[in-house]
Amino acid sequence: MTRPSQNGPLLEVDDLATHFFTRAGVIRAVDGVSFSLKRGEVMGLVGESGSGKSVTGFSLLGLIDPPGRIVSGSVRFDGQDLVALPPAQLRRLRGRKIAMVFQDPATTLNPVVTIGDQMRMALEAHGVRGEQRTRERSVAVLTRVGIPDAARRLKAYPHEFSGGMRQRVAIAIALLHDPALLIADEPTTALDVSIQAQILAEMRGLVADLGMALIWISHDLATVSSLADSIAVMYAGRIVEAGPTAAVLRDPRHHYTRGLLDSLPARAEPGRDLVQIPGTTPSLLALPPGCAFAPRCPRADETCLAMPALVSDGLRRHRCHHPLGLEGAP
Amino acid sequence: MTEAFLDVRNVSRRFAPRLSFGDRIAGKLGQPIDARVTHAVDGVSLAIAKGEALGLVGESGCGKSTLGRVIAGILPPSEGTTAVAGEPVMSQGPRRHKTTTRVQMIFQDPFASLDPRMQVGDTVAEGPIAHRLTTRAQARDYVGRWLTTVGLDPGFAARYPHQFSGGQRQRIAIARALAMQPDMLVCDEPVASLDVSIQAQIINLFLKLRRELNLTMLFISHDLGVVRHLCDRVAIMYLGRIVELGETQAVYAAPQHPYTRALLDSVPKLMLDDHETTAFKPIAGELPSPLAPPPGCHFHLRCPLVQPICRQERPPLRAVLPGRESACHFAPFPPGLRRLR
Ligand SMILES: Nc1ncnc2c1ncn2[C@@H]1O[C@H](COP(=O)(O)OP(=O)(O)OP(=O)(O)O)[C@@H](O)[C@H]1O
Ligand SMILES: Nc1ncnc2c1ncn2[C@@H]1O[C@H](COP(=O)(O)OP(=O)(O)OP(=O)(O)O)[C@@H](O)[C@H]1O
Ligand code: SF4
Ligand code: SF4
Ligand SMILES: [Mg+2]
Ligand SMILES: [Mg+2]
Repeated sequence: MTRPSQNGPLLEVDDLATHFFTRAGVIRAVDGVSFSLKRGEVMGLVGESGSGKSVTGFSLLGLIDPPGRIVSGSVRFDGQDLVALPPAQLRRLRGRKIAMVFQDPATTLNPVVTIGDQMRMALEAHGVRGEQRTRERSVAVLTRVGIPDAARRLKAYPHEFSGGMRQRVAIAIALLHDPALLIADEPTTALDVSIQAQILAEMRGLVADLGMALIWISHDLATVSSLADSIAVMYAGRIVEAGPTAAVLRDPRHHYTRGLLDSLPARAEPGRDLVQIPGTTPSLLALPPGCAFAPRCPRADETCLAMPALVSDGLRRHRCHHPLGLEGAP
Repeated sequence: MTEAFLDVRNVSRRFAPRLSFGDRIAGKLGQPIDARVTHAVDGVSLAIAKGEALGLVGESGCGKSTLGRVIAGILPPSEGTTAVAGEPVMSQGPRRHKTTTRVQMIFQDPFASLDPRMQVGDTVAEGPIAHRLTTRAQARDYVGRWLTTVGLDPGFAARYPHQFSGGQRQRIAIARALAMQPDMLVCDEPVASLDVSIQAQIINLFLKLRRELNLTMLFISHDLGVVRHLCDRVAIMYLGRIVELGETQAVYAAPQHPYTRALLDSVPKLMLDDHETTAFKPIAGELPSPLAPPPGCHFHLRCPLVQPICRQERPPLRAVLPGRESACHFAPFPPGLRRLR
């Protein structure tokens, strides 16, 4: 097997599709997603609730259970196609070279096992053994994410921590093996701004010092804008816009991205109603033909009844028939 | 401020440590064991006027949810009292229980707060039937009305929580609280887990509820932007204590406590320049533990303005300007505190 060069992409996701075959019909949770990531690069993944951000993360790790299945596409990580990899080999990567912080800390933390024991088990699963070694490593990562009195807190059970502290413990567990790729799903939504700043600084350090690549799934555009080199915006299972973070947020091409930016509280007078994107999130079981955003889009017309192709212009990509800022341009 | 509708007096809440059997034996034999108590809430007093919204902001683990649960009558305080419209929220004596339905709470975790095996209509109806706000026969209409109030289709009543999105589940949790016809809502991070566009819907819903029902609100959040948008006043909490209290706009514009200043400095901003990078500014120093809070001012280990007196004397929360309280020995700072680093 040929090893890719240090500068080539660490991760290349090509036309990934993950569908759920439910009794009510096929849910196309992820439908043709492509992106790539270099070592030491951070990508922000944002988008509507239910648009497929978490399922994209799970798919990279091979964590899709029936009735779900990766139906097409490839995920090349460090030269290997993870979609084709036997489960045993994937398990050896998971938690060690690729780690994920889950959106719901309850998925990571077992309520009846102490934090210390959970961390020891996570270390032992990948061959780190010995009471003192596991203990020292656990205390080190807990301290890094700002858990005070970490050595003593190893004896505590998850319910004895506050919501934000549980979240930090989940982040600490993901960092135990210094992963090459970290997928962090809404990692700081439960955290106050100061701890958030600490975690963001810590993440930036890991990216700069260890060359860790990071996928930062979040609805907080401010943290994404200050951490991520590039941003991908998802809607109804597809990336509708992607590119360098500041450029996309400064002048979005897609009308959904525009709507997101307009609904930020910072853009309204205190006490006034916020701008809302009209309508509701579409059901993935009954997507309209063409652009899925059309029923809510102020610019939609009959051309939008046909699926817009993903168009690249320079570093940016968009999927819209009437891209903002480009229409009428010569 | 007018008369207090919610009156919280000197409330503390401690959690005893969980000792293993071995620890307890060791303790009885006089061996040193670690039996430190968690001081989650430490002597908090505050008042909220009828129809007012107060934001409660502070570091993760500083005791916001614990204080919210005491105010909502879900957790008895170790000391102190809370009253709504002059009535105590909890009974006294050994078996303390909630004695009012006037305060209801919306919980931090929209995944965990609804029973997955119950139709959401039954979840919403349960409390009102138990408290005779409606009858079993009329429950359907009653529930439908509250679902409509929060912008949901009354037909959703027969569905289960997993059939809803995060934003819809949060609306259901709000409908369940409103169906108890409270005068006051304690909202614990009600929008933190929602995406921006749904967050906007829920914030607009709270604005509408305040206008139409004149609800009084305690709004726990770490999102300073959301608090500024929704709350008349804000209370800043640090390690179990309120350290600053005042009108939201005024506090943000000219904070009177070094912790508030540091908090405002760590808010991430939307970066729109290609080469600009934020210097994340976490507050210096290690977070002190509620198991062993430092003496004097709780913030002294991390405060850039610390003086010897801060290590010994607890600064009381006191009025330092009209409409503003601060728990810093050196407040007021006349123009408000500037950036400290
Ligand atoms: N196990 C499953 N069975 C059926 N459908 C599923 C399953 N898991 C996810 N889905 C569906 O896939 C879609 C994408 O879900 P996903 O969790 O990826 O959304 P998301 O973008 O992470 O949203 P949020 O911001 O709310 O976390 C949703 O419509 C969801 O209902
Ligand atoms: N049932 C409990 N038993 C023991 N300790 C507890 C319990 N509940 C809370 N604590 C402790 O009390 C302190 C305050 O917790 P609380 O949940 O009130 O914090 P919070 O301010 O709401 O934090 P967050 O923003 O992370 O939700 C924490 O140190 C926590 O570990
Ligand atoms: S393709 Fe049409 S409906 Fe979709 S975002 Fe663009 S203008 Fe709007
Ligand atoms: S009392 Fe002292 S340590 Fe506390 S905030 Fe004021 S200056 Fe800082
Ligand atoms: Mg998700
Ligand atoms: Mg809390």
